[in-house]
Amino acid sequence: MLLGADDVRRAISRIAHEIVERDRDLSKLAIVGIRSRGDVLAQRLRDAIRSNDNASVPLGSLDITLYRDDLTQIGYAPIVRESALDFSVDDKVVVLVDDVLFTGRTIRAAMDALVDYGRPRAIRLAVLVDRGHRELPIRADFVGKNVPTKASDDVRVHLTEVDGRDEVELIVRERVNA
Amino acid sequence: MRWSRRHVLDTDDWSAEEIEAVLDTTGAMVEVLSRPVRRAPPLRGRTVVLFFAEASTRTRVSFELAARTLSADVVNISASGSSVEKGESLYDTVRTLQALGGDVVVMRHSSSGAPYFVSERTDAAVINAGDGWHAHPTQGLLDAYTLRGALGDLATKRIVIVGDVVHSRVARSDINTLVPLGATITLSGPPTLMPSAWRCGQSPAGTTYEPDLDRALDGADAVIALRLQKERQEGGLLPSLREYARVWGVTEARVARMRPGAPVMHPGPMNEGVEIDAAVAHGARSLVERQVTNGVAVRMALLYLLVGTPSLEAS
Repeated sequence: MLLGADDVRRAISRIAHEIVERDRDLSKLAIVGIRSRGDVLAQRLRDAIRSNDNASVPLGSLDITLYRDDLTQIGYAPIVRESALDFSVDDKVVVLVDDVLFTGRTIRAAMDALVDYGRPRAIRLAVLVDRGHRELPIRADFVGKNVPTKASDDVRVHLTEVDGRDEVELIVRERVNA
Repeated sequence: MRWSRRHVLDTDDWSAEEIEAVLDTTGAMVEVLSRPVRRAPPLRGRTVVLFFAEASTRTRVSFELAARTLSADVVNISASGSSVEKGESLYDTVRTLQALGGDVVVMRHSSSGAPYFVSERTDAAVINAGDGWHAHPTQGLLDAYTLRGALGDLATKRIVIVGDVVHSRVARSDINTLVPLGATITLSGPPTLMPSAWRCGQSPAGTTYEPDLDRALDGADAVIALRLQKERQEGGLLPSLREYARVWGVTEARVARMRPGAPVMHPGPMNEGVEIDAAVAHGARSLVERQVTNGVAVRMALLYLLVGTPSLEAS
């Protein structure tokens, strides 16, 4: 186990404070979670900012399936879910939220999707776990925990709203030699 | 559910789960269409061939908009002004389409079954955009999506389809899509425009025939009026358009017989004053314009789902 329920709660609380310290003008802030689980974390961050700073920050969620760069390779059409972003992102500082940062490809797709909604003043990135192995020049601004992993490992994030408990697990896979 | 169909030829053998998958994907596409930049990249580098061998404006434009919104390249082939008019056989046209390298062929044809013929002779995914009297699957799906948006879960809902059912691919596709979702359907219209077995108690599962439109509409949850082809009158199937309008037209008085707020739909183009009154067609209960908007989203959903199927990969 990488993170228990208390660790997840503390990480979210800390990131909520860091976001506000970085961009003090809360009227320009927006939080957008990447489905699925990034949207759950985004909601918790929004709630934390509301209770810490008494500020209401717009919340959105993005499904990035249509922007994936491997659609031609996976051999079937993954299910697309509805995005929900009912405010203008123009001139906003948008904090993208995801559970795990790995290759960076999801974040690339999310940025492409986000700019189809307008022109944010800045895009920042908050993740619960950064596990390394980037394939694109992308880094997170706010990180819950940095975890060294092997590329073959699996990092699984469980969140109460979806999975019934808060926990992050590292599943080590023995590499099978072909 | 993992999508596994290569083609969309008819929905008559689709499971409720497959229909739901398309409707759920359609919801995501409606959201894409509401964005400031109405474009997403999943069909980048793909070619969609629109092969319309029968006149159509709105369905063709709807497919074209759907394909472009998903970043596909679009090639148009229509019957008039093409080699089809010069006597080229359907087989030769298919070979040409194949050589052009389209990934998806969207086709409309006056012969029932023509899309099946094409699907067996090309590597492309084929979407039936209407074939003869047989099927118009994307219309059935967009009607289901529109009805679900207006009524919620369609189980226990009763939908009236009124008009020229025998010649209507829309009626057949509506039945094939709405019945698996749990709706029951009351068919109404002149006996001369109803398949003979259907008016003798052997209509498809989930449907009944009620010749009296007023009775069909009593307490109904929605009505779909079908387009009346004016040439049916010349064929002797109708006494006159005026009589048709009087007995089978969807008027405000008739709409009032349905449940309060029950919506009115029409696949277009409408003959106002014949199968539907102008006041109803443009009234508060009309979903006709929403059908058009949803049509683009349904076609985007199908293009997206088909483009991921293995048939389009190097197989």
